[in-house]
Amino acid sequence: MPTVRIPTVLRKHTAGEAKVAAPGSTVREVFDALIATHPGLGEDLLEDDGAVRGFINVYVDDEDIRYVSGIDTPVEDDGEIAIMPAVAGGAG
Amino acid sequence: MRAGDIAQAVGNTPLVALPNLSPEGYTVHLKLEGHNPTGSVKDRVAAYLIREAERHGLLQPGQRVLEPTSGNTGIGLAAICKVKGYPLTCVMPENTSEERRQLLTMFGAEIVFSPATEGSNGSVRVAREMAAADPDVHMPFQYGNAANALAHYETTAPEIIADLPEVAAFVAGLGTGGTVTGAGKRLKAWNPAIKVFAAEPEYGDLVYGLRNLDEGYVPEVLDQGVLDSRIKVNSLKALTATRELAEREGIFAGVSTGASLVVAQRICRRLPEGSHVVALSPDGGWKYLSTGAYAPGDVKEIASAISGTLWA
Repeated sequence: MPTVRIPTVLRKHTAGEAKVAAPGSTVREVFDALIATHPGLGEDLLEDDGAVRGFINVYVDDEDIRYVSGIDTPVEDDGEIAIMPAVAGGAG
Repeated sequence: MRAGDIAQAVGNTPLVALPNLSPEGYTVHLKLEGHNPTGSVKDRVAAYLIREAERHGLLQPGQRVLEPTSGNTGIGLAAICKVKGYPLTCVMPENTSEERRQLLTMFGAEIVFSPATEGSNGSVRVAREMAAADPDVHMPFQYGNAANALAHYETTAPEIIADLPEVAAFVAGLGTGGTVTGAGKRLKAWNPAIKVFAAEPEYGDLVYGLRNLDEGYVPEVLDQGVLDSRIKVNSLKALTATRELAEREGIFAGVSTGASLVVAQRICRRLPEGSHVVALSPDGGWKYLSTGAYAPGDVKEIASAISGTLWA
């Protein structure tokens, strides 16, 4: 089952857990499963139309899903989805 | 190679192949920006920020310059501002390395610290507040100034094209977005088949921890449309690659270089065999020695011990 890394600000919905496993073969399926078991996550993670909110980056195995297939990006069974807040750069 | 002053000595950096760290069948090259006058790619940006401000009449003789910077841009600006007679204030996170503070102070810059927990976003916030409160300062603002990307459009990319016309992909770190946007656009204008990848540092929980998801920040300079993908690299992978560079290629680089190298190695297999990939090395490792990043010992322990300051 894929694991999802939860940023600190969203851990209030996961009882403080930094990593949560959820079933699915795409980001959408995994998010649906995750939101079903952790209802508060949906509102913080997604817009009303189901898109990922603007200042959140979602990665599958380190790659930003915007450049793969968006929320329909496939996830391997041992894959990792990471949810990260957008941050301005380091070596500036 | 002669130059009339330090601002004219910027650029024309070496492009060095990595025979020992390129995936089989591919060649990864590093553009060593540590060879710029103050030791980083940001000398290009600093020179353009000042040049464009002067050209557009935004900067008067003796006027104070104010900029949020975690170090390299500040150091580049400090050298140029010193020579040109502009006093400089840099706003930077309080967890940046001691070397950077000493360099800035030596060049005569004033330093204002922003909270470490807010990362670069905190520097941006504090600098904006200071600029709003003082109409006499000029804030070039590298995160939103087109001169940042222009420096790479007009200098970095043409140098790569001249040295390696067959380049198939370009990788650079994602900070302000100036390098990937400016160099990426120029490379694609020259050959639309060239792929552009951003290596995004994965910060520690310290930086992400207090971030409100409604207050994220995407720099105005970054044109996400130029990117073919964006891949994050954690501290351990970046540090491991950085240390391998020294051990196997004799190149002593900063940790952002390791992050770009990781991405360059990863994306090679998406290209036809025999392809050449250029990864931009923003700086050498000198300014980070005091962080312990290069100290002997177990790389996992070192990465976890310094993850809070690694990307600062």
